[in-house]
Amino acid sequence: MNEQININSCPVPQTEYDRILMAHGGGGKFSKNLLEQYIYPLFDNEILSQKHDSAIFEISNTKFAFTTDSFVVNPIYFPGGDIGKLAVYGTVNDLSVAGAKPVFISLSFIIEEGFPIEDFKKILLSIKQATEIADVKIITGDTKVVEKGSCDKIFINTTGIGIIENQIEINPSKCKAGDKIILSGSIGEHGISILVSRNNFELETNIESDTAPLNSLVEKIINVSKNIHMMRDPTRGGLSSCLNEIAQSAKVGMLIYEDKIRIREDVKSICELLGLDPLYVANEGKLVVIVDSKDADLVLNTMRQHPLGKDSQIIGELIEDQFNLVYMKTIIGTTRIVDMISGEQLPRIC
Amino acid sequence: MKFIDEYRNADDSKRIVDKIKNILRHNWYIMEICGGQTHTILKYRLEEILPEKITLLHGPGCPVCVTSVEFIDKAIQLSFHKDVILTSYGDMLRVPGTKYSLLYSKSIGANVKTIYSPIDALKLAKDYPDKKIIFFAIGFETTAPATASSIIQARKMGLKNFFVLCAHVLVPPAIEILLKSQLTKIDGIIAAGHVCTVMGFKEYIPIAKKYKVPIVVTGFEPNDLLLGIFMTVKQLEEGRYDVENQYKRAVREEGNMSAKKIMFDVFEVVDRKWRGIGFINNSGLKIKKEFEDMDAEKVFSLNTQIDEIDTECIAGLILQGIKKPVDCLNFARKCTPENPLGAPMVSSEGSCNAYYKFGSVKINN
Ligand code: SF4
Repeated sequence: MNEQININSCPVPQTEYDRILMAHGGGGKFSKNLLEQYIYPLFDNEILSQKHDSAIFEISNTKFAFTTDSFVVNPIYFPGGDIGKLAVYGTVNDLSVAGAKPVFISLSFIIEEGFPIEDFKKILLSIKQATEIADVKIITGDTKVVEKGSCDKIFINTTGIGIIENQIEINPSKCKAGDKIILSGSIGEHGISILVSRNNFELETNIESDTAPLNSLVEKIINVSKNIHMMRDPTRGGLSSCLNEIAQSAKVGMLIYEDKIRIREDVKSICELLGLDPLYVANEGKLVVIVDSKDADLVLNTMRQHPLGKDSQIIGELIEDQFNLVYMKTIIGTTRIVDMISGEQLPRIC
Repeated sequence: MKFIDEYRNADDSKRIVDKIKNILRHNWYIMEICGGQTHTILKYRLEEILPEKITLLHGPGCPVCVTSVEFIDKAIQLSFHKDVILTSYGDMLRVPGTKYSLLYSKSIGANVKTIYSPIDALKLAKDYPDKKIIFFAIGFETTAPATASSIIQARKMGLKNFFVLCAHVLVPPAIEILLKSQLTKIDGIIAAGHVCTVMGFKEYIPIAKKYKVPIVVTGFEPNDLLLGIFMTVKQLEEGRYDVENQYKRAVREEGNMSAKKIMFDVFEVVDRKWRGIGFINNSGLKIKKEFEDMDAEKVFSLNTQIDEIDTECIAGLILQGIKKPVDCLNFARKCTPENPLGAPMVSSEGSCNAYYKFGSVKINN
């Protein structure tokens, strides 16, 4: 064969997607594009344009938060939780980070024909337990069954309503340079526990999902500080997507410190092994708080007294930056950008 | 994780950089040939702390980027065959062939699955006896032994529904062609730790002598790379062209004998086309005749006509270290990870992707 060196040519056409790919559900840039290109412009109104995890509105002088979410996790049982628990806590958390007290939720199932009643009962019981722990009531719901193969075992949708009783305004526009970023604990456990149980890696780990309701933790900090500017739970897309979203909607930059972000040793090892970045791995029971620097220690100490916040750390601060980017001081002292994930995170090859 | 954290310590980094500064007299161009190392260099922004006299060049070390369009097109065709489940590693599914990627073919009905190792493909073959499982095997000497062992295991298990589309490539012939080329200026080479874990580094010795370049086998942590760079610079300043091993904790001179044996039991060396570079003699692995009942190219009918399209992507120059991603006019403008114009932006081991992800400057359109 003729040995030759090309100096050009990487024949790849520009890839415009005319179909939905898995990446569109990954919580990163693809998901964002879907919202910004197709959904927001079409349904534009003053509440939707808040782009919060929960919509916030007022009826007869009472402020409400309203949110909805669907759960399609595979496998449906995983160490530390199951799809039922996730469906309740996910919605409870979306309401909590808006500063609301979650009160009512709805519960809808799409079930694949042939799904064992035994499993259905198990999931219902887990949901019941989760609603008791989170102190919310299920007040309406729906059940649909579809033909075998039309869905994967069971999908759950939950919608939630919460009441905002306090006077704090949690809003990206309140964020300003100098505010501190507090993270309630270590990252990556949920995503890695799902990955390990989905793929049956022959790895000995006891990593459990961190799935948990954040309402009582949020209540505690709202009670001690009026200067909380923003809260988020870093779920799909991980900590990095969550921080990038805040930075962009608040029009600020961020500087975070790699050595302040806790990652369990076993989570770190599995990420190393598979070439995954824990910053992009999903969490289900963690809280990011942006707080005025004058209240940062107070909020931090309050969080540390709660079981879900005992490992809280100030991981960085907001800075002025015209690009609204998230920067990280690495453990060797250099600075790099932490970008939003593009598509799904896939394991490396070499 | 003590093992790894030791190589990520800021005081050590500073110490090594100071050592480099102390011995550095001339300008040197050093190339690393591993996507994982490119990633570490960008992720930890090593260039920020290295003296300006050192220029790091990123070589053709991303296994996804160098896999030729023809192979991707073949994989896409295979994914539409009746009863086939086409499996491969993550990023490979994202890179488009002449028309689209495997992920896209999945969205229009092909049966495509991401796997973490060929063992997963073997398991699928066992669990779905009425399906034909094809493993699209790509990558360097690092992943080739695992592919070879899956073929041997499939034979032992008597599986009749396991096939491999083999696109493996070998690193040393690619290094040689870059050193021969007048276009790339390379003074020293950082050789990839993982590849050498399997192959050892004997075959680099004649290359270092012939082309008068020091070659240092190096690991993947930031301080591994800084040390590897120090060892290369030291040789260059002293006028030596040896092969040295920074990654002693994982690499032995002779490599991993059993992995090598299994590789050459199953594969033979052939000429292979690299994406963006062209044909390189003796740089690919092909399934031997005794195992051709598992060779997807032999078993399935394939139409391999492709129309090469010219694009604005200068991946060929990037993969050969002639240009850096930021020198590409499309970088971060027309070409982003969501809308990639070339493989080095698609693959998370590609250098354009690493520059985009970790770079300190973003160009706003
Ligand atoms: S930036 Fe994009 S267009 Fe330019 S070389 Fe890299 S992949 Fe190709």
